[in-house]
Amino acid sequence: MLLRLLPGDPANALLGVGATEQQIAAARAQVGSDQPLAVQFVSFLGNIARLDLGTSFVSRASVLEEIGNRMSVTLPLTFMGFFIALILAVPLGILAAVRSEKWYGTAISVISQLGIAIPVFWVGILLVTLFSINLRWLPSGGFPLKGWANFGEAITGMILPALTIGLVMGASLLRYVRAATLDVLGSDYLRTARALGASFPEALIRHGLRNGAVPVISILGIELASTFLGAVVIERVFSLPGLGSMLLLAIQQRDYPNVQGVLFISTLLVLLIGFAADIAQRLIDPRLRSTGSARE
Amino acid sequence: MTTKTLLLAALLAGISLPATVLAQEANPDASIRIGSLYEPQNLDNTAGAGQGINEAFNGNVYEALFQLTDAGAVEPKLVDSYEASEDGLTYTFKLKPGVTFHSGDPLTAADVKYSIERVTAEASKSSRKKSLSTITGIETPDDQTVVITLSARSISLPYNLSYVWIVNDAATDITATEDGTGPYTLGEWRRGSALALERNDAYWGDAPTNGEVIYTYFTDATALNNALLTNAVDIITSVQSPDSLAQFQGNSPYTVTEGASTTKEILAYNDRVAPFDNVKVRKALARATDKARLLNSIWGEYGTLIGSFVPPTDPWYVDLTSVDAYDVDSAKALLAEAGYPDGFEFTLDTPDYDPHPIVAQFLQSEYAKIGVKVNINIITANEWYTKVYQAHDFQATLQEHVNHRDIVFYGNPDFYWGYNNPEVVKLIADSESAATEAEQTEKLTEANKLIAEDAASNWLYLYPQIVVSATNVTGYPVNGLNSQFYAYDIQKSE
Repeated sequence: MLLRLLPGDPANALLGVGATEQQIAAARAQVGSDQPLAVQFVSFLGNIARLDLGTSFVSRASVLEEIGNRMSVTLPLTFMGFFIALILAVPLGILAAVRSEKWYGTAISVISQLGIAIPVFWVGILLVTLFSINLRWLPSGGFPLKGWANFGEAITGMILPALTIGLVMGASLLRYVRAATLDVLGSDYLRTARALGASFPEALIRHGLRNGAVPVISILGIELASTFLGAVVIERVFSLPGLGSMLLLAIQQRDYPNVQGVLFISTLLVLLIGFAADIAQRLIDPRLRSTGSARE
Repeated sequence: MTTKTLLLAALLAGISLPATVLAQEANPDASIRIGSLYEPQNLDNTAGAGQGINEAFNGNVYEALFQLTDAGAVEPKLVDSYEASEDGLTYTFKLKPGVTFHSGDPLTAADVKYSIERVTAEASKSSRKKSLSTITGIETPDDQTVVITLSARSISLPYNLSYVWIVNDAATDITATEDGTGPYTLGEWRRGSALALERNDAYWGDAPTNGEVIYTYFTDATALNNALLTNAVDIITSVQSPDSLAQFQGNSPYTVTEGASTTKEILAYNDRVAPFDNVKVRKALARATDKARLLNSIWGEYGTLIGSFVPPTDPWYVDLTSVDAYDVDSAKALLAEAGYPDGFEFTLDTPDYDPHPIVAQFLQSEYAKIGVKVNINIITANEWYTKVYQAHDFQATLQEHVNHRDIVFYGNPDFYWGYNNPEVVKLIADSESAATEAEQTEKLTEANKLIAEDAASNWLYLYPQIVVSATNVTGYPVNGLNSQFYAYDIQKSE
């Protein structure tokens, strides 16, 4: 709705310099931008209810189908980035907490702070300069024409963008893991477990991980959702045909069906991720489950 | 690897040395990878697909009755012969025999009629629609003959028809598929990413010198350059900034070519409103603009200075750079004569993409020297279209105009810049109904001089047309690439 308050008209994307008045009027009628806003909105709601996201004004392609194509890039990218963040943040975060008084514990914290401060596109550009242009190990961007059917090329094309996401996301995640571990380290139950004869790593893994994971998982859910939405920048740096680049182009062109479609599906996904994070928390922490049933 | 180890490797692999030499020759089945910034939005040039579809499809997938060569000449393509009646109002075209569409259907006169009517139809978004408006009827007396009748003489008819794709009249859904007569058929297409053209082995003319062409699309110029640097593409069709050229120049695996461009960067005044309705004010601003310095600061040694809207490749070009040449003192004097001794203030609507914001800042500092204050108002391309192009709600704006032969815009007083000189309007109208090309050229040359004298707009410079390729790739077009990129002569040695 707000987008429609911006100046500009979707019909413009279809025409070039040299278009006549009649062509402009015809284009407006075709995309429906000559209808009152309320009429456009009601017809949009009706279509959503039937899961019909319409066709793009500009490309004339089915919005749902196009979102499906773009998802095949954005979803793997998000999950690969997420995975890299996890394998970086969890061990390093725990290490930084357990050895917080050693020099490398402090070093990890400082570096992660740096990681949070650097903009994500900058990390992407640095990685491209190093690994693509100088070392020639990995492609600087792009996605193969045949998509995942050309698996090798698709996966190598994903490494740098996923690494970029993983590094930046991992840096902030690391701080949460470290804080949660520090909490656990100071807790009574860990001291008790040690008093009962468990070695330190044993106690940490058996009792600490589970307790520390609860707050981390809720952060994970939020991070995953924001990575998914933040893929816009990364997709641009690496010229990937994902959902983010689709949204960006659609906004520039005032291609409302595409904008609405992408936002609708993204919102759905973010809700789903939140839901999954809730479930994961309950599986890990029995206390959450019992409070839930006590209320019922 | 040293020569010795190479020799050894060749011997071990059982390859004789001449084979290694042969490998340097062009591979007839090579895959040519082209990097571009202009992704087509759909596959139909009458449905708002944008510049990208012309780059990918013109002359490659679809052909027209005539074709514009890389040198800018109009040559018959699907037309075998044609003649115009004495009064110039009836054209009879004989089609080339034996031409088939990719679907296998033969080319007939009915397809030609259908294709022209697609462009002139009510729903057409083609920017060529207006130029074909003199067509009043299309007859098809037999399968190989098309007769077009006009309401007025139109000397540019063959030129204008070179932009009309001949599409099979039985084709459906050509926003997502194609059925043309060209040397390539559409292969795989991934929106937002790439589009492949495959060699059409049933092509009626000479076969392409390569096996397939893959256009890969980028939104970011740096990513495009990186792709060439990392050998992910063979050619980039448009270099957007001279900074990025440095990495290819004097770098042996790359060839940098500068061709003739038709893209003009202009400061367009709204000639309807004060103070720009005053020719002295317009001339004063032209004289206060150091265009050589502007071009140099943006493009270094590349690009061309122009004294009017006409690029050197149009037949009616004359060097008009001496009209209102850079001279700050005379600019000040002219302003005073026009009644603005202390200058004035105006708003410059500036599209938000390169190079417009930099040009706007340059002009702001230039005009401050003659007391004119420029307020820069950054707008999106879409807003520009609504505010400036349609509503004419602006004082001055920056814009790049890409087409050739577009001086005719100055003959339309309703065009966004509102330039209205009855003499120019008449010359441009008369040029179209000229009996010969010489007469057309004479009239448009005259119009060209008049708009320059009137300083109708401030023509800042002509963009350079730069193509960079890997050195093992040759045979690509270099001129006027806004409307085509013929890929069929490109060769690649591997």
